[in-house]
Amino acid sequence: MSEQEKPSRRKFLKGAALAAGGAALSGCGDAASRNKAVQKTLASADAVNNPLQHFLAGKNGLAREFSEKDISPVFRANGSVNPRDAEYRGHALEGFENWRVTVDGLVDNALDLSLADLRAFPSRTQITRHDCVEGWSCIGKWKGARLSAILDAARPKREAKFAVFHCADTLGSSRYYESVSLPDARHEQTILAYEMNDAPLDIPHGAPVRLRVERMLGYKHAKYVTRVELASSLETFGRGKGGYWEDRGYAWYAGI
Amino acid sequence: MSALRARKEKRASTLYLRHPAALRLTHWFNVIVLSVMLGSGLQIFNAHPALYWGKTSTFDRPFIELTYDYNADNQPIGVTRIGSLEFNTTGLFGYSSERGRGFPTWLTLPSYQSLASGRRWHFFFAWAFVLNGLAFFIWALARGHLRRDLLPTLADFKKLPHTIVEHALFRFPKGEEARRYNVIQKLTYLFVLFVLGPVIVLTGVTMSPTLNAAYPFLLDIFGGRQSARTIHFLCAFGFVLFFFVHVALVIVSGLFNNLRSMITGYYRIETGGER
Repeated sequence: MSEQEKPSRRKFLKGAALAAGGAALSGCGDAASRNKAVQKTLASADAVNNPLQHFLAGKNGLAREFSEKDISPVFRANGSVNPRDAEYRGHALEGFENWRVTVDGLVDNALDLSLADLRAFPSRTQITRHDCVEGWSCIGKWKGARLSAILDAARPKREAKFAVFHCADTLGSSRYYESVSLPDARHEQTILAYEMNDAPLDIPHGAPVRLRVERMLGYKHAKYVTRVELASSLETFGRGKGGYWEDRGYAWYAGI
Repeated sequence: MSALRARKEKRASTLYLRHPAALRLTHWFNVIVLSVMLGSGLQIFNAHPALYWGKTSTFDRPFIELTYDYNADNQPIGVTRIGSLEFNTTGLFGYSSERGRGFPTWLTLPSYQSLASGRRWHFFFAWAFVLNGLAFFIWALARGHLRRDLLPTLADFKKLPHTIVEHALFRFPKGEEARRYNVIQKLTYLFVLFVLGPVIVLTGVTMSPTLNAAYPFLLDIFGGRQSARTIHFLCAFGFVLFFFVHVALVIVSGLFNNLRSMITGYYRIETGGER
């Protein structure tokens, strides 16, 4: 009996030693991952990455555009895919015919736009790749109103630095929101999209209006947009980091 | 008699500076950096534990996938798919710690699921990797390390079959011959320095949608963003493979001497003869 026990005991001790070593290492990594000062230091790389990436890409550098044959047969939807907010459900039942997008905040001429108004703005159609922060990519065709044209109509005040996008969906316990800098808001490929793959935007992909800001990761592309607010600072929104996922640890510049 | 002989043998060897301080420093710094990059990289991978070829994700036919399924007894099992091959990897890949998980907790940084945290580690230490690599390249070029120690000579290539056979028999160069890296070593180090290193950085950059706008040709070089992600992963796997072979050879070809030479710089070689 003791003969039989020996190898298993040895195996157990060896396993325990390995586990202890591994736990000590990963415990160290976990403690550092939970430590605010360490994480702040790590996030300081964003202060280099954001300006450097924007400098390299240029203000007007375009995201690659693809051809019809590249369009993904299945375009995955993430985050909110069917908002349960009562107001949104009401709009969905009406086929979104009374949906409004307001443009306000630090502007000289606040706008209150119907979907028909949005369609009256200069539009852009683009076949682009959508990169989720999780790692996957899908290609889709988007048509929408150029945000730069909308901003021209709203006339942002001099002190406006950011465009903040308010959304109709609650994810977890907070309303989704996002923000981009004014140069990114004015980028040629930045649109408030109302069509995807030649059809009105469907609910999983942000019906009736979503942001497309093509040089950034998926979480920047706010869905179910109800309001574009021009602001000079992001501190007063959500937890102050400029977006729903930014408040939960993702980088605001969303460039990689 | 044997004591005399031992003393003689001791005298018939010499210590020489094999690894200058700059090399030792960048080497050990790289050990730390690559550990963090691997752990955080696997954490990021776990957010979507599948790899594809091409521009986009073909969800129904991934190139590699670490997923989970249920067996006949309705018990969850970890499944690793590579092309059309399928392996049960419960407890390691696909399913561990009683949940669906690409890589197990002990391989990821942090051990618990946190894409945000993994990304912060990865994109900070990516700079450490690049800067450390650049420091090494500048030093290696300036001090002739590349030309003198790493570039194989014609004679090296002639000895290649012989060196391969010797390695397979676990026989390693001795004496003056051991003063230089052997040809397999040189070629391996050059491959890591000029292929794995640059390609893992460039494929990383290719995954950035913002930098795609700056350097769209990178997408063409690597065949699309999802191919770049796959190649990035394969390079990481290459680094892991290199690590295991490297450490194994360090152990079998003289652990103490090798470790000393990478810590203090000094390596002992037998000078032979009776002198």
